[in-house]
Amino acid sequence: MVPVRVSGNLTAKPASKHPEREAVSRPLDEKDIAMLKTMKMLGAAGLLTVSGLALAQGNAGINDAQIAHIAYTAGALDVAAGKQALAKSKSKAVRDFASEMVRDHEAVNKKALALVKKLGVTPQDNATSKALSAGAAKEHDALAKLSGAAFDKAYIKNEVAFHGTVNGALKSTLIPSAKNGELKSLLETGLSLFTEHQHHAEQIAASLH
Amino acid sequence: MKRGGMAVLAVGIMALAGGLLPAAAMARTYTIVIDKMTFGPVPARLRVGDTILWVNRDLFRHTATAKDHSFDIDLKPNKSGKLVLKRAGAIAFSCRFHPGMNGVLTVAK
Repeated sequence: MVPVRVSGNLTAKPASKHPEREAVSRPLDEKDIAMLKTMKMLGAAGLLTVSGLALAQGNAGINDAQIAHIAYTAGALDVAAGKQALAKSKSKAVRDFASEMVRDHEAVNKKALALVKKLGVTPQDNATSKALSAGAAKEHDALAKLSGAAFDKAYIKNEVAFHGTVNGALKSTLIPSAKNGELKSLLETGLSLFTEHQHHAEQIAASLH
Repeated sequence: MKRGGMAVLAVGIMALAGGLLPAAAMARTYTIVIDKMTFGPVPARLRVGDTILWVNRDLFRHTATAKDHSFDIDLKPNKSGKLVLKRAGAIAFSCRFHPGMNGVLTVAK
C-alpha cells in the first residue's frame, strides 16, 4: 500500500477506547445527528451488520481518504450486483437497468480513482465501507438462491434500498464532511446519479407487480 | 397560419432575389448541453429545419430519445450528436437510460 502522502485531515484520528463516554460528555452537534441518521438508514436497509458503535467510530471525524473509500465501495458493490443480475435475469427491463448500473458506476469510479491518484490519497478502509460490503455480500448470497421473477423482484427491491441508503449517507455525512473541493463535486455528481438510479429502480419495481 | 404564410412569402421574395440567400441559410443550429444527469435549457423559437446539437459533457452515457420514437441519439461521454428538426409540434424527449432526465422541444413551422 502506498502511504497517504497528504497529512492533516487525511489521517484518521485514533479511535477512542471509550467513545461512549465521550458521547455523553458533550451535547450532540450537527455531525453527530447526521451520523445517527446515516446509521439509522443503514440499519433500515438491513446493511447495519457491524455494531452501531463501530459505525459511530468510523464516522466521527471522517476524513477524505475514508469518504473516497466509502463512495468507491458503494459504486463497486452496485457494479457487482449489476453483473450478478446480468448473469441471472432474463427480463429486458431488469437487464437494461443492470447494464446501466454497471456502466454508470464504473464511469464514476474510474473518475474517482483518477481523482485520488491526482490528490495523492490512498482510499482508507473503514467501518462504514465494511458495513456496506458485509450487507451486500449477504444480499448477493440471498439473490444467488433465487431465479426468474423472484430474483428480478428481489434484485430491484434491493437496488431501491441500496441507492436510498447511499443517497442518505452522501447527503447527511459524506458530502458535508468532504474537505477537498474536487472530491465534494464528484460526490455531488454521485448523488445526482444515485438519485436518478433510485427513481429508475422504483419505476421498475412498480412495473414488476 | 399567419406566420407560416409569411415564411412562404419570405422564401418567395428570396427566390425572386435570385437565390442570393438560400432558404437553408435561415436554419439555425442550437446546442443542448447534458451535464450532471440533466438536459440543459431547451432553446426557444425552434423552427422546422433547425438543427439541435446535443453535447454530452457528463461522465455517463446518455441518449436523446423522442417519446414518439421520431429520433434516438446515442450520446457517449464527451460526444455529441445532431438532430435536424423535421416536424412542428411539442416533442417530448428523455434519456433511455435515465428516465428521470427529460424535456420538451417546442418546434414551430
